[in-house]
Amino acid sequence: MTTIQHISTSRRIKDRVVQGLVYLAFALAVVPLVSVLWLVIKNGAARFDLDFLTHSMRNIGARDVGGGAYHAIIGTLEQVLIASLISVPIGLLTAIYLVEYGNGGRLSRAISFFVDVMTGVPSVVAGLFILAFWVLFLGQPFSGFAGALSLSILMMPTVVRSAEEMLRLVPNDLREASYALGVAKWRTIMKVVLPTALTGIITGVMLAVARVAGETAPLLLTVFFTDSINNDPFSGPQMGLPLFVFDQAGRPNATAVDRAWTGALTLILIVMLLNLVARLIARWRSPAKGR
Amino acid sequence: MSKQIQVSGLDAYYGGHKAIEDVSMTIEPRSITAFIGPSGCGKSTFLRTLNRMHEVIPGARVEGKVLLDGEDLYAANVEPVSVRRMIGMVFQRPNPFPTMSIYENVAAGLRLNGRVAKSEMDGVVETSLKGANLWNEVKDRLNKPGAGLSGGQQQRLCIARAIAVQPQVLLMDEPCSALDPISTLAIEDLMAKLKDDYTIVIVTHNMQQAARVSDRTAFFNLTAQGKPGKVVEMDETSRMFTNPTEKATEDYITGRFG
Repeated sequence: MTTIQHISTSRRIKDRVVQGLVYLAFALAVVPLVSVLWLVIKNGAARFDLDFLTHSMRNIGARDVGGGAYHAIIGTLEQVLIASLISVPIGLLTAIYLVEYGNGGRLSRAISFFVDVMTGVPSVVAGLFILAFWVLFLGQPFSGFAGALSLSILMMPTVVRSAEEMLRLVPNDLREASYALGVAKWRTIMKVVLPTALTGIITGVMLAVARVAGETAPLLLTVFFTDSINNDPFSGPQMGLPLFVFDQAGRPNATAVDRAWTGALTLILIVMLLNLVARLIARWRSPAKGR
Repeated sequence: MSKQIQVSGLDAYYGGHKAIEDVSMTIEPRSITAFIGPSGCGKSTFLRTLNRMHEVIPGARVEGKVLLDGEDLYAANVEPVSVRRMIGMVFQRPNPFPTMSIYENVAAGLRLNGRVAKSEMDGVVETSLKGANLWNEVKDRLNKPGAGLSGGQQQRLCIARAIAVQPQVLLMDEPCSALDPISTLAIEDLMAKLKDDYTIVIVTHNMQQAARVSDRTAFFNLTAQGKPGKVVEMDETSRMFTNPTEKATEDYITGRFG
C-alpha cells in the first residue's frame, strides 16, 4: 500500500535554489534599466525646464548656458510621424496579406523572408540607403523627410511582424461567423478581424515608434544638422533629439553635456507619453471586459 | 421564406483527402432535419457544403450539385457570399464578436453588409432577439459586450445574429454540445419555434436530441478509418429510431457501436 509522501528535503532545497536563481535573473535584467533611468533623470532634471523645451540652439555660443531642444523635439515628432504614416499602412497591409490571403504560398514565403532580413538591417545601412538613393541619386536635399524615409525602413519589419502575430491570434471562429452571415472577406477583415486585433497592433506600432525615435545613425546621414528651428520637414536640414544628444554630448563643456542629458530625458518622456496615449486609445476602442 | 434543398452526388475534399462521397438527399422546408453519426464521418463537412462554407478552408473543394429550390449553389456564376446570406449558420462553440455589444452583434450581419437605417435596425434587433428567446434577458443591457453573457445566452445570441439577416435556411453544427441541459432545452424549444419559418438542419451527437427535435434524420457513417463518409440511411425520425432499414443504423442508435 502506498502512503502519502512528504516533500523531501532535497526537493525543498532545489526549489529554493531555483527560485533564488529566477529572482537573481530578474534583478540582473532590471539593474541596467533602472540605472539608465536613474542616471538620465538625475543628470537631466537640472536643465529640464520650460526654457529648454521652448528654445533652440540658435545663437548659443560654445560657452553659453541656456539654449534648448525645441528644434530637435519638433524634428523628432515630425520625422517619427511621417515615418509612421509611411510604414504603418504598408506594414499593416503586408501583414493582412500574409495572414489572410497568402496561404503560405511562394509569394508570402518570399515576403516573410525579406521581412526577416529587413529586421536585421543595421540602422546605419538604412540611412546609407536613403543617402545613396534619395539624396545622391535622386538629388533631393537633406531634410526631415529623408530622415523619415530611413526611419520607415526600420519601422516596417517591426510593424509587419507584430501585426502579423496579432492577426494570427484572432480566432478563425470569428472569421467563419462573419462569412456565415454573408459578409465579404475584405469586410470581415475590416470590421471583425482588425478591431479584434487592434489593441495588439497598436502596442506593436508603439514599440516600433519607440525603436525608431531613438535612432541616431540614419538621421546623421539624412537630416543633416541644424541649431535652428525648421518646422518644414520637406526642405532644409532638421534636427532630431537623438542627434541633439549626440551633438551636445560630444562638446567639451559641462553646459552642453547637461543639455545632452536633458535631451535624453525628453526623448524618454516623449516615447512614454506616446505609449500612454496609444494605450488610452486602445482601451477606449476595445469593449469593457466582463459583464 | 424557407426553401427546399436538394443534394445530388456530392463529394467533398480536403486537399487530396475525400471526406464525403456521393451524398444525395432532399431537405424539406419548414422542418428540422438531423444528421447523426460517429465523429469524423463527415456530417459537419456536409453541413458546411450546404452554404459554401466548406471552401473557406484552404485546399477544400466540392463536387456535385446542391439545389436551393432548383437553383444550383455551385453553378459557376454564383457568388458564395450571397449563398451564405440566404443560408445562415450557427456553430458548435458560441462565437459572438468580442469587440461588439449585444446589439451590434445582432446587427452585424446587416450592418456589415452595409444597409439599413437606425430606426429599422432597432426593430430588426428586437425581433431577432425575441425570435431567439433572448430579448427578456438582455433588453436592459443591449450595449454590454456579447462576450459577457453565459454560454447558453451566447449561443442564442448567435442564433439571433443568424436570423437577423433573414435567411431561408438555418444550419446548426452541434449547437448544444457546449451547453448545459437547461440551455440545451432553451435552444431546442427555439428550434421548434423557428421551424415554422425556416428550413433547419442540425448536426448532433446527442441521439435523444435528434429524436426529440427532428422530423427527418440522416445517419452518416464511414466504412473504415480514412475512407470517405456516406449517408447510410435517411428517413422519418420516428421510423429511424424505431424501425430502421439498415443494420448499421440500428447498431448505432442502440449504442452497440460508435
